[in-house]
Amino acid sequence: MKKYFVVLSILFLLIIATSLASAQDWIRTGTGLGVEKVRLAVPDFKLVTTDTGTQNLSAIFNVTLWNDLQTAGIFDMASKSFYPLSVPGAPQEVHLNEWSSPPPNASMLAFGNLAIQGGSLNVQGWLYDAKNPQSPQVLGKQYREPANDANARLIAHRFADEIILRLGGGVAGVAETKLYFVSNRSGSKEIWQMDYDGADQKQLTHMGSIALSPHVSPDGTRVAYSGVTKEGWQILMYSLELGRAVSFQHFGGDNYSPAWSSDGQIIAFSSSRSGNTEIYSVSSTGGSARRLTESKGPDVSPTWNPKTNAQIAWVGGRTGLPQIYTMASDGTNVVRVTDQGYAVSPSWSPNGQFLAFAWIRHYGPGAPGASDIYVMDVASKQWAQLTHEEGRNDFPSWSPDGRHIVFQSSRTGRVQIYSMLADGSEVRQLTTAGENTQPNWSFK
Amino acid sequence: MKLTRSQWIRIIVALAVVLAVGACGKKKVASAPPTPPPPPSPAPTASLTANPNTIQAGQASTLTWRTDYATDVTIDQLGKVDPSGSRAVTPAESTTYHLVAKNDSGTQEATARITVVSSPPPPQQTSSGTDEQLFSGNMKDVFFDYDSYDVSAQYQQVLQADARFLQQHPGMKFTIEGHCDERGSTEYNLALGDNRANAANQILAQLGISADRVRTISYGKEKPFCTESNESCWQQNRRAHFVYQK
Repeated sequence: MKKYFVVLSILFLLIIATSLASAQDWIRTGTGLGVEKVRLAVPDFKLVTTDTGTQNLSAIFNVTLWNDLQTAGIFDMASKSFYPLSVPGAPQEVHLNEWSSPPPNASMLAFGNLAIQGGSLNVQGWLYDAKNPQSPQVLGKQYREPANDANARLIAHRFADEIILRLGGGVAGVAETKLYFVSNRSGSKEIWQMDYDGADQKQLTHMGSIALSPHVSPDGTRVAYSGVTKEGWQILMYSLELGRAVSFQHFGGDNYSPAWSSDGQIIAFSSSRSGNTEIYSVSSTGGSARRLTESKGPDVSPTWNPKTNAQIAWVGGRTGLPQIYTMASDGTNVVRVTDQGYAVSPSWSPNGQFLAFAWIRHYGPGAPGASDIYVMDVASKQWAQLTHEEGRNDFPSWSPDGRHIVFQSSRTGRVQIYSMLADGSEVRQLTTAGENTQPNWSFK
Repeated sequence: MKLTRSQWIRIIVALAVVLAVGACGKKKVASAPPTPPPPPSPAPTASLTANPNTIQAGQASTLTWRTDYATDVTIDQLGKVDPSGSRAVTPAESTTYHLVAKNDSGTQEATARITVVSSPPPPQQTSSGTDEQLFSGNMKDVFFDYDSYDVSAQYQQVLQADARFLQQHPGMKFTIEGHCDERGSTEYNLALGDNRANAANQILAQLGISADRVRTISYGKEKPFCTESNESCWQQNRRAHFVYQK
């Protein structure tokens, strides 16, 4: 009998070992990515009436709504080719059994209508639970805005975010969020803004020197960035409400890589005033700066733990090649989190659990691999690689829902900005003109 | 049907083997390839720089090279040379110097180009032009190794010469710009450039140059001197650069 026991325990151990080995490949960000996706059908909204020359608004609306829902990462989008021929524009036109059975086989149906009349765009939208014919309505919404392209996109974003909030475990969608970034398309590096999907790209600063590292304030009213002035690199401030640069305190030495605490109270940044670059923090209304690090070698690129504002991660060069470190926000309790290679550009996830960063894991002449985006669980230091040796990838930034990461990549030659789901899938290119770098995702 | 004890054992062993083979197959994918036996000695490394890399006909430039692990080092134009060293050369025309370092396990090459300008630029007669030209003609830049802001012994000497010039011209103010090569991340290179500019500044301060004559700024990898993606170009970009302040 002893023999049986030994053989059985070996079997058991083998099963455990194999399941553990495969489990390491998974990354769970705790935001519903990786759970079973809701199968959603979204027929084009029915165009009821239209002023002449505004037909394109309906196309813009439909494309934007579809993209928002597809990009959300929590839906299995039922292909439009599977849909019934008659598309509903209002509840009385819906035959739920056509949608809940194959081929669309949808769990949820989003539909509605557009009316463009007298220069205003009216949209009615519904979300129906296709498997619950007794009481199908989950959501009914009505929107009215002046009829133009921007508002067609805005209404689509708002309706998409309502759907995502209802079906995505109560986490608000990001379709109305903005990205801030650096572009050289005007001839010099300036700060630009765009919608989260790459639409509506606008130049904010006109310094004519070099502007880098934009970081928008948590309330979305100001963008902190660093720029070359007559006093060297300074932390500068652009007011999104006033549409112009506003004053911010200047410091000695070079000052760059600003980062807002999530309560908007404090800005951490890197300064060379002591003759060595170190991390400092200063009140976001100005004041005296407090030095947080004290070490030989560069210290740069701070990012706050936005969940607690009690911790800062940053890049330190004290041991040679740059590594990611964390510390308490008063500079104590320094912990090195990467153990090798060239690790830069940390971004702390909204739930405080993960750091995204750029890492050349095996560094050295002839070593395999390039600069790729990684995500690390801060507590366990377990990491997962999200991009795989397509060009040089850098400057990841988390979306406020923690489901997406925006980053820069040279995968098509020139550096451009891409977004992806936080598991590395669904990569989308957002910019094409000039070189575009250092994307920063708004807090809301 | 009832299985005998030995049949049971056979079935269980067979299952175990199947699982073990499956598990091993998976592991192979994840694990690194078997490491080859270590080579007798590491492959040689080599670097070669020329300072300045642009001269006028008749002037001299200094070639500096460094190799590790090499047993045989030659420079095409100079023949067999020491593993590390420097030598003044006076090429009559633009020349690319080519260094080959060899040992049993491999060969490493390095090149440095000296551009010879035939005629000197016409001198400017304005007084500020003269000061500026005097400054840029005498103040030699400091070059750095990759990801380093340590000033090597060679460039400590360069800074001593720079300091002597500055002491002879006490009215001159200047900026030290820290620069980096294109590799690595934008923000980290800004910080590294600041550390380079400050490293040069601190040595000048030790040599008696007053801090109020000096400003420092980092340009990271934002303003490269040379834009090709190769080591000889990167070398040119890893520097503390002196700029006359009007």
